This record gives sequence, C-alpha cells and structure tokens, in this order.
Amino acid sequence: MSEIKTVMAQNNSNTTTEEQKEKKKNEMIFFLSSSEEKEHFLSKRNRKLLTDPLNDDNPITVQVLGICSALAITVQLEPAVVMGIAVIVVIAASNVIISLLRNLIPNRIRIIVQLVVIAGLVALVDQVLKAYAYDVSKQLSVFVGLIITNCIVMGRLEAFAMGNKPWRSFLDGIGNGAGYALLLVLVAFIRELFGSGKLFGFEVLGHNGATDAASTGLYALGYENNGFMLLSPMALIIVGIIIWAQRSKNRKLIEED
Amino acid sequence: MDRNSNSYTFIFSIVMVIVVGSALAYAATSLAPLQSKNVKQEKMQNILATVGIETDRTGAQAKYEKYIEKEIVLNNKGEIVENREAFNVDLAKELDKPVDEQVFPLYVANVEGKKYYIVPVRGSGLWDEIWGYISLESDLNTVAGATFDHAGETPGLGAEITKDWFGGMYVNEKIFDTEGNLVGIFSVKGYAQPNNNDDHKVDTISGATITSDGVTAMISERFAHYVPYFKKQENFNVGN
Repeated sequence: MSEIKTVMAQNNSNTTTEEQKEKKKNEMIFFLSSSEEKEHFLSKRNRKLLTDPLNDDNPITVQVLGICSALAITVQLEPAVVMGIAVIVVIAASNVIISLLRNLIPNRIRIIVQLVVIAGLVALVDQVLKAYAYDVSKQLSVFVGLIITNCIVMGRLEAFAMGNKPWRSFLDGIGNGAGYALLLVLVAFIRELFGSGKLFGFEVLGHNGATDAASTGLYALGYENNGFMLLSPMALIIVGIIIWAQRSKNRKLIEED
Repeated sequence: MDRNSNSYTFIFSIVMVIVVGSALAYAATSLAPLQSKNVKQEKMQNILATVGIETDRTGAQAKYEKYIEKEIVLNNKGEIVENREAFNVDLAKELDKPVDEQVFPLYVANVEGKKYYIVPVRGSGLWDEIWGYISLESDLNTVAGATFDHAGETPGLGAEITKDWFGGMYVNEKIFDTEGNLVGIFSVKGYAQPNNNDDHKVDTISGATITSDGVTAMISERFAHYVPYFKKQENFNVGN
C-alpha cells in the first residue's frame, strides 16, 4: 500500500512540475516576444553603448576627458581600480537618475540639477569609502571629490541621459565608466610595474634590497626601478603612447586634415 | 504645469535640495560610528609606528593596549591633570584655547623593557592642518621615531611628510642642546648631508617649504609645553 501511495505521489508531483514548466515556457515566450517588440535588453544597439566607449569612443584616449585624475591616481593599481569602480558607479547612477527626471527637469536649471545629482552621489561614495575602505579613501583623498568635476560624468548626462531612456542611459554610464577605468588600470599597471616593480603591492620582479646581495629576482641582476614612472608627466606620456597605438590599429580614429 | 515657468523652477529646486540634503544627512549620521572607529584605529597605528611597532588597522587596538603602558594629560606647568583621557583629547580644539587652559597629552610606551615617551604635535601646513606623533627615548631628548599626517597638503610635495623617509630623518635627532635648553628640530633647505649628523637639523622637502616650516614650527611650539614635565623626570638626560 505504502509503495502505491508513494508512486502516486510521485506521479502527482511530476504532473505539477510539468505544468509549471509549460507555464514558465509560455511566460518566457511572452516575455521574449513582448520585449522584442520594443527592444531586447541587450540588443545590438544597446551592446554598442557598452562596448563603444572601451575602444572607438574611449573617454580618455578619443575624447581626451578626465585626464587630470588619470595623471594623479595611476601610480599604483589599487587606487586606480577603486577610482575606476567609483566613477562607474557615479556615472551609471547619475545617468539613470537624470534620465528618469529628464521630462521633469526645468530646462533653464538643468546643468545645476545635473551637478547636484553628481555632487550628491560623490559625497555619498566618499562617506561609504571612509566607512568601509578607509585606507583607500585616504589614498584617493581629494580625487574622490574631484569626480564631481570629472568632465566625463557631466558630459554623459548632458549628451546622453537628458535624451534617452533609463536602461540605455544606464548602459551608457557603465560603458563610459568602464572605458575610463580600463585606461586608468592600463596606465597604473605600467607605472606600478616599471616604477616600483610591484603589482597591487606584490613584488613581482623580486625584492629590491639595499645591496645587490640583499636583493632577489631581477634586482639581484642589477635591475633598477624607473623613478620617472612615478612622476605625473610619465602618465601623460603613457596615455600618449596608448593613443598612438590605438590609432595605428584603429584607422577610423585618424582625423583627416 | 509649464516647465519653463519661474514657479515650477523654484518648486523643483526646493524639492531637489530637500531630497538630496536629507539623503546625505542620513548617510553621514548612519556611517559616522564606522568612520570614527577607523580614525581611532589609525591614531593608534600612528602612535605605535613611532616606537617601531608596525600593525594593520584591525590589530591596532590590541597592540596599543599591550605596548602603551600609560596615558598622561599635562597642563602648561607640567602638572598631571586628573580625570582627562589622553587619547580622547582633541588637539585641534585645544589649540584654539589660551595656552594656560590647554591640556597636553603624553603617551608612555614600554617595548620589550625600553621606555618611550610619545608626544602628539599639531600645527598648520600650507593649505590645512598638519599633525604627527614623535617618540622620545627614555632620556627624553633623543627622537626614536616620528610620523606625520596632513589634511590637504599638495600630493607629491607637502603630502610627502607622511612618507617613511621624511619621518625617518628625525630619528636620533635631539630636541634639547647640551645645556638642557629646548632647541627643536629644524627643517633646513639644502641640508643634504649624507649622514644627517647635526642633532637639530634635517633636510627639507623641495617645493614644500611652507609645509616643512610648519613641521619645524609645530615641533618647537608643542614641545615647549612639555619641558617643565620632562625636567622633573629622573631619567631626563641631555648628555653632555
């Protein structure tokens, strides 16, 4: 008796799961078709918003915006990564907020409204960093506040979020923030590796002791760090070299004179 | 409602300011305990660093309790003030008071049997306040270690005072001359002697003269208030 009962129970449970599956399938089809009618979440057009700023429309190398912070915080990888994340969060969030409000914002004070939104978010990021990532916030010090004046953020608000829907604005924000972060990390990688022989603070080229005997790795062979890498002019030179390399690969970026 | 009318613009700005303002106020008050904990741990870290104890922030509290054996609060005459906790004395506030009403915290550390006296210093740099901790050996004259910090000095110039090489220059300098008069430690332009052998001079930071002068000034000013107490100690020794 008990066996039959269990078999019946199993049958019952099978039918219910199948019904649920069927229902889910229908929902999925409905969901897909309805969103395809409008536009798929990650349609080709939307994906372009994410990938364009990484290369063809990079905020730093193509639009040459946000250079100030690119010089200042790329001596080491860690603050560069944190700064990159902070800027991605601020651009994406402020893009969404401005995009949601775009039909409510009085035209005459729209720049002020954009600034208040950015400044509010940056102040929030600063507070959160001070509470949860104190050492990093000390390293970034004044530059967290300077995200407010980072032209990339306001540029995206004025040029994109004021005229586009929230989801597309969000993707645009993530894309541009990531394009900025990518360059920051690239420059910081080169500067930390050749300037201090470290990556994220780890001594990847060996230990640089006071004498050759106390050193290991490359330093034991007489290798020296390039102190010039630690100075800000080197960041400009590296950004210049990256622009050069990018344009020689990507011909359509070259202006006709 | 007309989006270009004056009244709409005013109402929009008022609502916006209230919303943003209350959101920030809420964040600031709810994160304040965590932030002040970080600041407190960092202070312990800096105090311990002057006596050669390196620690991360989470371990600072335990090490602080282990190595700092006494916290003393002094007045301008070198007498011990009761009922004040040295660690909670806010130097920034004390500096605003007249000298006779100020109190002066002093930390006494005991590291493997060696006694150190740690004096907190505070003054002005170029843009904002600078501060630091200087530890003296048991003769109350020779510097054992120094750390400095700042609120807004220029990165790469004045902000270099936080670096180990800058604080390191103060080690083995002396604050008194051989007669027991307070001299202080001067940050001198072009003082680039390889052995840094003068007892009262260290090299300055190129391009950061005002910050370096600020460090010199705050050391002279702050230590002057500790002299009466130091001279009363049996182990006070200017070594002549």
